[in-house]
Amino acid sequence: MSRPAEEIKPLAKKKKKAPFNYSPYVRGGKLPHIWCPGCGHGIVLKCLLRAIHTTGLLRDDIAMVSGIGCSSRTPGYVDFNTLHTLHGRALAYATGLKLAKPRLNVIVTTGDGDALAIGGNHFIHACRRNMDMTILVYNNAVYGMTSGQASPTTPPGKISTTSRNGSIEPPFDTCSLARAAGATFVARGTAYHFQELEKVIYEAIMHKGTSVVDIIDACPTYYGRFNKYKSPTEMMEKIEKEGTVSVKQVDKLSPEELEGKLLRGILHKSDRPEYCAEYQKLMTKVQAK
Amino acid sequence: MAVAEKRIFRIEIDERLCKGCSLCVDFCPTNVLTMDGNMVAVKELDACNGCQLCDNRCPDFAIQVFEE
Amino acid sequence: MAGNKKKFIQGNEACTEGALYAGCRFYAGYPITPSTEIMEICGARLPRMGGAFIQMEDEIASICAIVGASLGGLKSMTATSGPGFSLMQEGLGFACMTEVPCVIVNVMRSGPSTGFPTGPSQSDVMQTKWGTHGDHPAIVLTPASVEEIFHETVRAFNLSEIYRTPVILLYDEIIGRMREAVTIPAPGEIEVVARRVPTCSPAEYKPYDAKGGDIAPLASYGDGYRFHVTGLYHAADGFPTNNTQLIEEACIRLLRKVDDNKERIWKNEEYHLDDAEVGIFAYGVSAKSAKFAVKELRKKGIKAGLLRPLTIWPFPDRAVEELAGRVKAIIVPEMNMGQIVYEVERASRGKCEVKGIFRVDTEPIKPVQIIECITGNGLKPSSPGSKMGEMMVERDMLDG
Repeated sequence: MSRPAEEIKPLAKKKKKAPFNYSPYVRGGKLPHIWCPGCGHGIVLKCLLRAIHTTGLLRDDIAMVSGIGCSSRTPGYVDFNTLHTLHGRALAYATGLKLAKPRLNVIVTTGDGDALAIGGNHFIHACRRNMDMTILVYNNAVYGMTSGQASPTTPPGKISTTSRNGSIEPPFDTCSLARAAGATFVARGTAYHFQELEKVIYEAIMHKGTSVVDIIDACPTYYGRFNKYKSPTEMMEKIEKEGTVSVKQVDKLSPEELEGKLLRGILHKSDRPEYCAEYQKLMTKVQAK
Repeated sequence: MAVAEKRIFRIEIDERLCKGCSLCVDFCPTNVLTMDGNMVAVKELDACNGCQLCDNRCPDFAIQVFEE
Repeated sequence: MAGNKKKFIQGNEACTEGALYAGCRFYAGYPITPSTEIMEICGARLPRMGGAFIQMEDEIASICAIVGASLGGLKSMTATSGPGFSLMQEGLGFACMTEVPCVIVNVMRSGPSTGFPTGPSQSDVMQTKWGTHGDHPAIVLTPASVEEIFHETVRAFNLSEIYRTPVILLYDEIIGRMREAVTIPAPGEIEVVARRVPTCSPAEYKPYDAKGGDIAPLASYGDGYRFHVTGLYHAADGFPTNNTQLIEEACIRLLRKVDDNKERIWKNEEYHLDDAEVGIFAYGVSAKSAKFAVKELRKKGIKAGLLRPLTIWPFPDRAVEELAGRVKAIIVPEMNMGQIVYEVERASRGKCEVKGIFRVDTEPIKPVQIIECITGNGLKPSSPGSKMGEMMVERDMLDG
């Protein structure tokens, strides 16, 4: 894989520590972003940009598609081919775009409400088709943009503006759903574990097929405030750090220790024909007739 | 006895971008940072070990650590 | 002419032929009666031509997929009918707002709801204009024969590219499924409009810049122009804005780009209108009956004529007003309970009587029904509101 020929140059190898240079990837003048103080989405975005840098993909060859919600504002800030669509429909737009131009690397940024509630049908069918795209579900268990309603991943008992007495609905497990629907790469990360997250996003982008990364992050403004978290820091520690366990540690822990924890890392990876490649084969076959 | 050369760091804070969430202050392992009103400020630069945790946990592209 | 092919085909097949002729290379859809043939034929033919075809999970996904594909640079289409068209409304608005060319075919069936799936209807004609929320432009074409479906499909793609807006091809189940002889023109024989792409550098490109006219060129994703597209109100550079002045300008420009070009988009057939004393305004299958009725009425010595819009939106106000100024009445037969008749009444500006003939039993309006209306009623004044009496003409009489 070659490096971008554009102005994005790898950081010169030198002994001195230097921070990552985000500027080639962030559109000039678009920051500050709209996300609230302490919102995890910005941390996720930075992990995503570092992961993209590692892939060496050209910005021209990346299309970022989103739906509606806080997470779906991501494409507006980044210097790729970007498409901010309708609530829940990002994957349908992404499917059309990818099939029309398979050389584009399609990354979808979506949220728990966008992907799993209003867009649930598109989500399962995208996983089933196994078209080469990366679906990043920024999962903060709440509808942030509309000020704090319960989402399909809100844990039972948690408070939201539409579950003021505690949610009585069982939540979706994004990863189990994706795997059952046929996604060939399923992983989970958190904003807290930024190095792990960067790595799984990199792996997800490099995977040929539908990749789903469930990203646990925090909405301090609504979920945090309603559920008595004192600070963004406390949310990251309690929900993301203490609420998850790396798949690498699973064998060492007792069932009691695993109780109520979400697994982090690459949870599933398999090989199945990729949609665009299959379509190419089909075209070759019918054209030969 | 060899003495390790003292590493010097520079912390750049973009005041336009900092939203004062305090994540960098809370996660800094060597207590380099502090909150100054609604904005992060450098309190103890000498203590910085260049780990860049502040940068990596900053959601707002507001803080970066450079080695001089 | 050399290269021409004469085919005896169904309306839905003619639609596919027209789409492929116009350069459509992407189809996404969901099966629904009575439009499914379009999807089936596209599925068989597009892969042979290097085009893409995909069956989506629903109509919502279908319209989103064609907009995504269009942004990837392919001319794109979907086809549906009533319930599916209802599901597409939000996506239709997105295509209007983001100015992404695409063609949506609605083969009308009886509604509301599941209605009578194989029963023809003309009851979506207002929905094509007002179905999606917010002020938005609408270009809707209403062919009335199989051959015309071919040509209007090509025109739909052309208008979509010229005006950077979704275009709806609207016809009913009857002409969608009837078979007629169609001459497929040789390639190059009729105009096919290519998308206008930017010639400036990527740094200078603004996807919604109105400076060079209301319609900016549209780049494709992946061609070096890393632009932003959003359904939020946006400035010329494509990025969201909450500047009230820019929002107003954007909304007005969106409407203006079609409104200012009505003359180029309008297309009417005038049949025996020169000396007409009574006009018939009819579209789609009802126009077939109307034409027959005109011939019969002329045999009886009644000077009837037909104004038939092939572009129903933007509404042909000028043609209707001009006609209203020189006839005693305009009769509007349509297979619904009265939709376009109100537009005709509005455009007539009180210059003549306007009377609707409505039918919703899924049978086409028959010529005799139109003839009876004109001769039997002696052109008595009747407002569109008093339509029930007109509608309940007994079937036996109509079939006579």
